[in-house]
Amino acid sequence: MEKITAEKAKEIRRTDVGPPHYGQFLPPVIKKNYGRWKEHEILSPGVMVHTAESGDKIWSVRVATPRLIATDTVREVCDISDKYCGGYVRWTSRNNIEFLVSDEKNLEPIQKELKEKGYMIGGIGPRISNMVHTQGWVHCHGAATDASGLVKAVMDELADYFTTKELPNKLRLALACCVNMCGAVHCSDIAIVAVHTKVPPIDHAKLGKICEIPTVIASCPTKAISPDPATKSVKLKEERCMYCGNCFTVCPAIDIKDPYRDGIAIVVGGKVNSLRSNPKFSKLVIPYMSNEPPRWPKVVAAVKHIVDVYAKNARKHERVGEWADRIGWEKFFKLTGIEFTFQAIDDFTFMRDTLRTASTFKW
Amino acid sequence: MKKYDTPLLDELEKGPFPSFVKEIKKAAAKNEMANDELGQLEYSFKTNRGYWKHGGIVGVLGYGGGVIGRYSDLPDMFPEVKFFHTVRINQPSGWFYTTKALRELMDLCDTYGSGITNMHGSTGDLVFLGARTEDLEPLFAELTSRGWDLGGSGSALRTPSCCVGPARCEWANYDTLEACYQITQEFQDELHRPAFNYKYKIKFAGCAVDCVASIARADCSVIGTWKGPILIDQDAVRWHEKKGMDINREVVDMCPTQCISYDGKELKINNDECNRCMHCITRLHKALKPSGERGATICIGSKAPIVVGSLLSWVIVPFMKMEPPYTEFKELTRKMWDWWDENSHPRERIGEVIEMKGMRSFLEAIGVPPFPQQIKEPRKDPFFFFTEGDIERFKKREEEEKKTGKFIF
Repeated sequence: MEKITAEKAKEIRRTDVGPPHYGQFLPPVIKKNYGRWKEHEILSPGVMVHTAESGDKIWSVRVATPRLIATDTVREVCDISDKYCGGYVRWTSRNNIEFLVSDEKNLEPIQKELKEKGYMIGGIGPRISNMVHTQGWVHCHGAATDASGLVKAVMDELADYFTTKELPNKLRLALACCVNMCGAVHCSDIAIVAVHTKVPPIDHAKLGKICEIPTVIASCPTKAISPDPATKSVKLKEERCMYCGNCFTVCPAIDIKDPYRDGIAIVVGGKVNSLRSNPKFSKLVIPYMSNEPPRWPKVVAAVKHIVDVYAKNARKHERVGEWADRIGWEKFFKLTGIEFTFQAIDDFTFMRDTLRTASTFKW
Repeated sequence: MKKYDTPLLDELEKGPFPSFVKEIKKAAAKNEMANDELGQLEYSFKTNRGYWKHGGIVGVLGYGGGVIGRYSDLPDMFPEVKFFHTVRINQPSGWFYTTKALRELMDLCDTYGSGITNMHGSTGDLVFLGARTEDLEPLFAELTSRGWDLGGSGSALRTPSCCVGPARCEWANYDTLEACYQITQEFQDELHRPAFNYKYKIKFAGCAVDCVASIARADCSVIGTWKGPILIDQDAVRWHEKKGMDINREVVDMCPTQCISYDGKELKINNDECNRCMHCITRLHKALKPSGERGATICIGSKAPIVVGSLLSWVIVPFMKMEPPYTEFKELTRKMWDWWDENSHPRERIGEVIEMKGMRSFLEAIGVPPFPQQIKEPRKDPFFFFTEGDIERFKKREEEEKKTGKFIF
């Protein structure tokens, strides 16, 4: 494909057309049975079948992707979809691909070809599906760690829980490369959150020139920042700063990144669905581990350990947060052997909700 | 093309999970930008730090979003990523594609971008990772002339997204795909031309399983629900039991409202007590299904922790029909935006503004009365406001009580 000229671009450009209508991308069996599905069954960790009221069926074969994928990989996915799925394919909300098979006789061959080509089939049912994650060092200005690398390291360790092994319920992992959490990981069973841990140095000469001082002051949730007429910059009350990086987001002269101090926290027990119990936030259990690319061995071990303790102790259908709520968080720390730290006691907006107000706890 | 040694990234080509490093290398083999992305990423791994600058103002004529400016902090070392902007392309509802459409998009990504995509960004867009400033206009022309458009960015309506819905799920209580499509089309101006004080996300989930995590990360979470009883196929209940399910332990005992019973022969549900959590329906998926009137619960306010803590969306409208042309939803959305606009500072999400200004101010502005379904429990403190109108209303009612001799509480 050749690039078009500027004149040609002006001639053909349109605005506000919005996305194409999804109808043109639906396989015929879906179009025919749209809104009239009756039931489904999980046939294996990566295959489920949906049956319509008409009796028609569609099989979905799910494979993992690293989310960041090359155009040639998408073309390969297209080739496979052309061969077995009539040229239709979909992605899931957790970066998996679903091959939509309308003809049962294609079900075995497509799985065989996917395996031969190295695709990881799985992620359906009470297992670990793909991780939701952010950009990290691949493309983000504020990242406190890499995202894709850490996800790869964690999912390599837990691959069996994607492809075969069962857990008490599904377990949703997520990763945010800073507390901005553009992946909204704060309601995951286990989430890895990269944290800045140091009061940021300010380049005063630069700040006055490139940043709006009132915006910088307003950006601070703990009111740590005030104007400094002497330097035509701002002052930072160090004891108030909790390194959220919001000031850095509005002003690049404040440097929140620190290769030695940036690290990893683990939060646990969130969920988004309303099954049995209401949606929950994830809670802090490990406040800090060092950033250790390329494979972050300690972080990977910590996630694996929490998965193992959950798998051993939770009741069937309990999510991590439901299990922790039932046994009590004091018991969670006991069972996991994770050290309880000052950081795990909320001293910010959720303090009142989270402190204990009864003597009924476990030893 | 420069050849980078990548001993650290090479470690991430090992192992069973698909490797993003292999993907970058695949693109780098034929694209200079992808090659320098690889080089800079290895340097990040070596030095434990990212090297991207803050976003700058770039975009296409007439739009204020859809492209996020991205520049390398090390342009002398990695000149091909000096300009490496993100292009967000509004995905189709439910992320369904034909291979023909995908191939066209991939050709555009190779011609005008780095050959690296994100399928998909967290909000839902199909992302071309890395494009030069001068390529944005022609890329935009190519996309829009083929019926694609950019997604949202900045202080604007962000690209709405939805679950797979009625396309392939028996639990969808409304057509999430069509709602997502029509609402996206309705608000094209708000999506492309940032006029809000901060971002505004809408996500459409067909039921309380919430496969798009709308309750946690959408300013407006539209969650499908129903009003009728749960229909029971007793033969199918026994099918589940035969398959090994302990119905009392796995379903009856786990019902949060204790409205189910099973005596080994017949499963009974007291629908008056059911809160529609979906646990029993997802476990006994062949036996149980919702019936009656369908619609959605509209919840508002969720967001990630920046800056004073995360919020989950709050129930605002307990039940709304979600049917084309979605007039009620569109009107409500416009009223909410007006109130938010009038009451917020820059970078304040709508949930934060409701916290500051109070739920009453918000509900009155959008014309929604108070319902007990909006709260978990009533307030615990004795500090509540009265307007002159409130007192007048209470007094008036008491006058009437005196006339009729009947108390109204």
